[in-house]
Amino acid sequence: MTRMAVVNRAAFLTRPEHRGLRVIALVSLLVAWEALARTGRVPVLFLPSPLGVLAEGWEMLRSGELLGHLASSLQRLVLGFALGAAAGVVVGVTVGFFAAAEAVGTPVLAATFPVPKIALLPLLILWLGLGEPSKVAVIALGVFFPMAINTFTGVRQADPLLVRAAVAFGARRWSVIRKVILPSALPMIFAGLRLGAGTALLLLVAAEMIAVESGIGFLILHAGNLMQTTKLMVGIVVLSILGVLSHWSLGRLERLAIPWRVST
Amino acid sequence: MRVVVEGVSKVYGDRAGHAVRALDGIDLAVNTEEFVAVLGPSGCGKSTLLNLIAGLLAPTEGAISLDGELPPGRAATAMVFQEFALFPWRTVQANVEFGLEEMGLTRDARARRARRYLDMTGLAGFETKYPHELSGGMRQRVGIARALAVEPPVLLMDEPFSALDAQTRQLMQEELLGIWERTRQTIVYVTHNIHEAVYMADRVVVLSRRPGRVLAEMKVELPRPRAEAMLGEPPFVHAVERIWSLIRDQAVQALRE
Repeated sequence: MTRMAVVNRAAFLTRPEHRGLRVIALVSLLVAWEALARTGRVPVLFLPSPLGVLAEGWEMLRSGELLGHLASSLQRLVLGFALGAAAGVVVGVTVGFFAAAEAVGTPVLAATFPVPKIALLPLLILWLGLGEPSKVAVIALGVFFPMAINTFTGVRQADPLLVRAAVAFGARRWSVIRKVILPSALPMIFAGLRLGAGTALLLLVAAEMIAVESGIGFLILHAGNLMQTTKLMVGIVVLSILGVLSHWSLGRLERLAIPWRVST
Repeated sequence: MRVVVEGVSKVYGDRAGHAVRALDGIDLAVNTEEFVAVLGPSGCGKSTLLNLIAGLLAPTEGAISLDGELPPGRAATAMVFQEFALFPWRTVQANVEFGLEEMGLTRDARARRARRYLDMTGLAGFETKYPHELSGGMRQRVGIARALAVEPPVLLMDEPFSALDAQTRQLMQEELLGIWERTRQTIVYVTHNIHEAVYMADRVVVLSRRPGRVLAEMKVELPRPRAEAMLGEPPFVHAVERIWSLIRDQAVQALRE
């Protein structure tokens, strides 16, 4: 009789986190970039060094130039995002809950959703002028659609059993919406907010390349025109920081707002 | 409060658009403070009957009425669901207070009322937990507390313990009977379990397979309060056998499908 040791044949399926590797990958990319820039083989015009970008960023921060641009951008971003998100939730709930609203809303949403929102910017400028409203409006529109569609889906996924239970305990239409439908849709609403945040950033930059005097998008375009590549890179870095921050803060907010989630 | 069901039929349209008769000419009266078990095989429309009594569905034919005095602002019925149907975003306490909010009670009144029924159902200390943090038995305790809290004259229970394991079910049945000895609502208790029906109820109403009709009614001649020891005694065993002989053919037919 032979004795066979049983080994874990599924070992190759485990996926360790490799925390160290993550950091090393990022750091070595930056080091390689810095080294390449320092050899002097690549002109600064094409590839400024990471440290150079950092120094330039610090300088712009101290002079107040960067904060000015950041403030204008954030104002457009926050206003557009809030308007679009609020409208999206209201429309999503209405279309998801009321049959008549669904009959009206779904074909309209389906027809307008696929339009790239940047294409609407010239039209919005025609309607609202070159000033702030058209910039805010294009961001709001970009956020509105993912929010409306996600909220609608979330409302539709609300458990009919819970709706029935609420009604059995005396809830009427408004109570059902507020106490069952909305909390049911919350995870989908947050997914919509994440999608919307990405779209908002994209549209912000696009909108700030037309007829503005401030903003991160303006900074990037302007620096590009003057061939100030280092400044341009500062703008890009700030945008990526904005993206990471919005993603992170929405994640935190979600964990606060949905404490009953089994996962996380 | 008395529940009167007169000539009630319910016809559904299924997915293909065919009419499906779930209930057919049901006549049933449940007296004040009576505990009636509605027993039937799965798909006999017994849950439909409860939903009709709760006013969550409209009968196709016939009428349902609740006879008795109801103080204003009070709900006539409350329901305990097989799948618990707790609101996952509400804590235990907030779940129990749900019906009280809809009744328009103040925060203090809600908290006091919830306290009483949380204690009664053995949920003290679990107030701030979310449903997903509880075992099945504890979850259904919340379901029962939520229903009792509105102090309904009629309590509707839709297979409340069938999702629980056998041991938990036995204990919960005893607890429910203990609570009912104190609160004494009219109870309509739907189940597919003959032992449970006989052990719990004053009267067992047996429904046939779809379309659900009343096959038989039987008074349970066991004294109250019921005790676990009665489960092995002749009156209990005979009652179970009589009902089983009534629905055996139906069960055999269902198995062949």
